[in-house]
Amino acid sequence: MDRSSHTRSRRIAPFVAVAAAAALTLAGCSSSSGGKKAEEGGADASAGKADTPRMTVALVTHQSPGDTFWDIVRKGAQAAAAKDNVKLVYSADPNAGNQANLVQNAIDQKVDGIAVTLAKPDALKGVIAKAEKAGIPVVGLNSGVSDWKDLGLLEFFGQDENVAGEAFGKKLNEVGAKNAVCVIQEQGNIGLTQRCDGVKKTFEGKLQILNVNGTDMPSVKSTITAKLKQDSSIDYVATLGAPFALTAVQSVEEAGSKAKVATFDLNKQLTSAIQNGDITFAVDQQPYLQGYLAVDGLWLYKNNGNYSGGGEQPVLTGPAFVDKSNVDTVAEFAAKGTR
Amino acid sequence: MSMTQQAQPAVTTPPAPGPKETDGRTARRPLALRLLARPEVGVFLGAVVVLIFFLFAAPPVRDGSSIANILYQSSTIGIMALPVALLMIGGEFDLSAGVAVITSALTASMLSYQLTLNVWVGVIVALAVSLGIGLFNGWMLIKTGLPSFLVTLGTFLILQGVNLAVTKLVTGNVATDSISDMDGFEQAKAIFASTFDVAGVQVKITVVWWLVFAALATWVLLRTKYGNWIFAVGGNKESARAVGVPVTFTKISLFMLVGFGAWFVGMHNLFSFNTVQSGEGVGQELIYIAAAVIGGCLLTGGAGSAIGPVFGAFMFGMVQQGIVYAGWNPDWFKAFLGVMLLGAVLINLWVQRTATRR
Repeated sequence: MDRSSHTRSRRIAPFVAVAAAAALTLAGCSSSSGGKKAEEGGADASAGKADTPRMTVALVTHQSPGDTFWDIVRKGAQAAAAKDNVKLVYSADPNAGNQANLVQNAIDQKVDGIAVTLAKPDALKGVIAKAEKAGIPVVGLNSGVSDWKDLGLLEFFGQDENVAGEAFGKKLNEVGAKNAVCVIQEQGNIGLTQRCDGVKKTFEGKLQILNVNGTDMPSVKSTITAKLKQDSSIDYVATLGAPFALTAVQSVEEAGSKAKVATFDLNKQLTSAIQNGDITFAVDQQPYLQGYLAVDGLWLYKNNGNYSGGGEQPVLTGPAFVDKSNVDTVAEFAAKGTR
Repeated sequence: MSMTQQAQPAVTTPPAPGPKETDGRTARRPLALRLLARPEVGVFLGAVVVLIFFLFAAPPVRDGSSIANILYQSSTIGIMALPVALLMIGGEFDLSAGVAVITSALTASMLSYQLTLNVWVGVIVALAVSLGIGLFNGWMLIKTGLPSFLVTLGTFLILQGVNLAVTKLVTGNVATDSISDMDGFEQAKAIFASTFDVAGVQVKITVVWWLVFAALATWVLLRTKYGNWIFAVGGNKESARAVGVPVTFTKISLFMLVGFGAWFVGMHNLFSFNTVQSGEGVGQELIYIAAAVIGGCLLTGGAGSAIGPVFGAFMFGMVQQGIVYAGWNPDWFKAFLGVMLLGAVLINLWVQRTATRR
């Protein structure tokens, strides 16, 4: 049938195209600027490896898929695991019930230590008690700074989103902001809501909330533009993630607004935006440090019985502000995706 | 924009509508009513109502640049809603359409960056990949006979995972590196993501592409044999096959058309934002389908138009931005959106019922 030959010729089309692309590459269709070639050259710092017995640590977070912040937490945890001869098992689910199941899963695997985020402490109470009964040490990281002690966790690394938000609000006062808008990219996300709440608590000006559809960048851009048009007195846009800050810069330009952009979290493009002044500052909770310290803390406890803060005080990883004055030192690490 | 289109043309070329062929059973109804019965007129009126509503409720909307912003938002939905609508007329769904957009953008970005190629190489390979995904969807559908809901749900999940895992594997991060300083970027940006000036208002090029594609789709649907095939396979596959419509070809090519749309919007995303976040795109497929349905395309296939989804997308963009322009409580955002959309669909339905009542 000629119908099937039709589809067959279509089936090979992609392969033909790939072959053609490969041929183009050989024919010298390469870019003379940018790209990977311009980027290469920085070897990763490699440290020695501990000779302690192999142990397994489970890191269970409330990450939603594809989130830059959590990707960096995980990288920190991996770095510590590689150094401490630890096998790291990473799992995550934004749904608290599912996260509890993942902790249970780690208990069933008889891991040597569990690091967990407490975005919704009540949902994890039961399963953390079970881990303790099974003799598995549990440490907290990122969220849950006010609950970790009650739940009987060994130690805690990081800081509440609230604290980061409060620091952000104070910084906004410092730079003289009067009317700011807090852009939430995922409506109902607890961590993001806490950040805005924190800002609201300390910021002396007017703070408005704007929900945008974070899975669709063009929509984020038009929505922020619309907000700036609706209220032309807005003088600061506070975004809760680096990619959205970069989009907000475009929105400000499009709306012809004089608003400045500041953000939570960092990435490579963001550091260059701070360098060239498009973005005023970023607050950094040092997610890498949170992941690293959580794994390293469990290793220390197992091998030398140490625990940071003595079970009384949390270990704070931020808020660290990145602005024009210190961006150059940070940029180098952000380029590697670890800051 | 032609308003004189047939909702359900016959498989063969429809006979010229002779004015003499009155057999007494149907009296000719007034022109206004006949116009109202067209599926896209209902949504057109719905869109007008929503527009007027926001012109009153939200003063900033009266500004030309606000309208340009709304049109931009609508266009990025609308460009995808067009092929999705054609596919629905052809009786199938594509749940992978949202993440496929990101797959395409990721492919172009990572290929160009990692191999330090002219970005056009990435753009062309991304097109091949997008068409390939469409081909896979269509081929699976035909081979297995499973409903497209299931097949494309599978592709949706696969692509969602692949987007994340491959990006992480290749770049070590969850987003791609910026390609804005690479060869060919400016050219590609001019095509996919530039802005031009109309009487002092900055209009995005996607708005133009959106209308061009809509005109093309309307022409294909109403004036070509292929257009008839689309209605035929969506109406009744077996009888379409019986009268010689190449069902396999039509369905697979419709899925590939969605692939083309995903590529185009993916390229827009890439060239307007320089980098791509691998987790994006989830949930967009429902917005595309919603725009098509609001635009009068039947969920069961066999009926619809290409102009309807244009207004459907406009209505969606209008409501989404209008709520912000009006400065309403953002906690209610999604609820407002849902109520407005339902309201719009109801108006649409009511107009059609009234118009077709004898």
